Amino acid sequence: MSLNIIVLAKQVPDTRNVGKDAMKADGTINRAALPAIFNPEDLNALEQALRLKDLYPGSKVTVLTMGPARAAEIIREGMFRGADGGVVLSDRAFAGSDTLATSYALSAAVRKIGNFDIIIGGRQAIDGDTAQVGPQIAEKLGIPQITYAEEIISADNGEVVVKRRIESGVETVKAKMPLVVTVNNSAPDCRPRNAKALQKFKYAAVPSEVAADEAKKEFIEKRPYLSIGEWNAATVDADLAQCGLAGSPTKVKSIENVVFTAKEARRIENNDEELEALIVDLIANHTIG
Amino acid sequence: MADKNNLIVYCEYEDGKVADVSLELLTKGRQLANKLGIKLEAVVAGDNMKDIEKQILPYGVDTVYKFEDSRLYPYTSLPHSSILINLFKEIQPRIAFMGATSIGRDLGPRVSSALHSGLTADCTSLEIGDYTDVKTGKEYKDLLYQIRPAFGGNIVATIVNPDCRPQMATVREGVMKKEAVDSNYKGEIINKDVNAYTRPEDFVVEIIDRHVEKSKVNLKGSPIIVAGGYGMGSKENFELLQQLADTLGAEVGASRAAVDAGWADHDRQIGQTGVTVRPKLYIACGISGQIQHIAGMQDSSIIISVNSDPNAPINTIADYVITGKIEDVLPKLIKYYKKNSK
Repeated sequence: MSLNIIVLAKQVPDTRNVGKDAMKADGTINRAALPAIFNPEDLNALEQALRLKDLYPGSKVTVLTMGPARAAEIIREGMFRGADGGVVLSDRAFAGSDTLATSYALSAAVRKIGNFDIIIGGRQAIDGDTAQVGPQIAEKLGIPQITYAEEIISADNGEVVVKRRIESGVETVKAKMPLVVTVNNSAPDCRPRNAKALQKFKYAAVPSEVAADEAKKEFIEKRPYLSIGEWNAATVDADLAQCGLAGSPTKVKSIENVVFTAKEARRIENNDEELEALIVDLIANHTIG
Repeated sequence: MADKNNLIVYCEYEDGKVADVSLELLTKGRQLANKLGIKLEAVVAGDNMKDIEKQILPYGVDTVYKFEDSRLYPYTSLPHSSILINLFKEIQPRIAFMGATSIGRDLGPRVSSALHSGLTADCTSLEIGDYTDVKTGKEYKDLLYQIRPAFGGNIVATIVNPDCRPQMATVREGVMKKEAVDSNYKGEIINKDVNAYTRPEDFVVEIIDRHVEKSKVNLKGSPIIVAGGYGMGSKENFELLQQLADTLGAEVGASRAAVDAGWADHDRQIGQTGVTVRPKLYIACGISGQIQHIAGMQDSSIIISVNSDPNAPINTIADYVITGKIEDVLPKLIKYYKKNSK
């Protein structure tokens, strides 16, 4: 039995390797100083989708992302690793979306894609760490969710069996499709790019990327598999009142750069006398020993 | 007529015990409810809940909504979501808290989506305050300030939900303090009919196997923690950290960067997205001190920072700062501890 799988992915700034120039003097984020990457847990999710595709030949994996047109980069990356195609959902109307407005827009895009069996996404994105969008999409689509997944074991007879990794241990659950599964980073890493796929999809693009280049445009038009979808709020029939800032119940009241109340730190020189004196002090006041 | 506009905490219940994180949230909830002059409520859903009120009421809970049914344990998303969605529609809480656990982070978003109420994940501080909408100029009194580090811990954001109710937030275990107010606190228990709040099709997700693993790591209970960050430089240097920990009888912790680098397991991660600790002594080795890490250890009694960068941000909250190479300093600390301890 072949499956229709949608992978939810996000292009995120790499917050894990933040250098000193990542913050501007006024306390805002200097996005230009941070490389944009495929959200790590979404790669874990993609791997689970590709494993299902291996297991159930003829299955189709579609990567869906919301962001600026440049987010097509991660769709291509997904295609290089084995996905069949993808869609970038992009509109100024989505700017300032909180998790609820984001899940509204994405669920509208999922409806537009239509006929799906499983939606798989990373548990959370590293720029927000909220883990909310997956379950909220499930709620908006009125389907079940399985979060904290480590392995999608099978998807037979309309039912998936999923292993979850939670604080207290491991749980194996069974649920009916369609459903949403969010994947932890304890799941296997994503496979690398495939040379053949790289060759095949090298020139895949969203329309706006090739708009100015007639030759490329024509090249892609002749090869539909190279065409990455580019949808906006109107394409997915989104109600603008539920999008972007207007559709976001949470508002950011203030953002502060972090300032710690400095303690008076004692400087210990890195030499034998001072280090030994410190240890002796800590033993004497029963902090250690 | 249901009592409305109060503060409610979703309490997790397992093996006859209410989760610590829920009791911590009740403690915080009581303080905020006092400030707002409203009641503190709790909702529990599970099985075999016998004397659960004895565990909950001492935290100053005025009303407990109890949903007892064998199908509610172990936790699955749909029935627990339906219970909260329908209960919240009925009692219209002003504020709702749940633990930022695998349960709360599964349940919270689903409930917030159904009610179109804002939810802020992993808050490190919750306060009450006013807010003026910059665009409309509209003023709001006594909103919940949901404060959390964001953007990988490089900034701290204060989030509010001006118009939607309940104002929802999740908080990790150990972030708030747990403190009962009165062992004889008088509160009301309301037993609820589970079938009136759930639908039969909510029970479609079936748990076919559950394997509980006891965590090998006990960071929360350890009086001494030796933690390493990205500045440790290698997995080999982490071994050095383990040696120091073994010598001092300490537990090894790690920053998120060190965990991401594969030098330490996830259950050793300290910080906003890991564990919050308050040990007697915290030795931070090669940890620069992103807010997301600081949020999880700043209440340690004594903090020693070992870092090759004399201007590492963590040094500003440290009691002792040792500037030097890890592979140079740690062996000396081990050596002098062995020499001077009895």
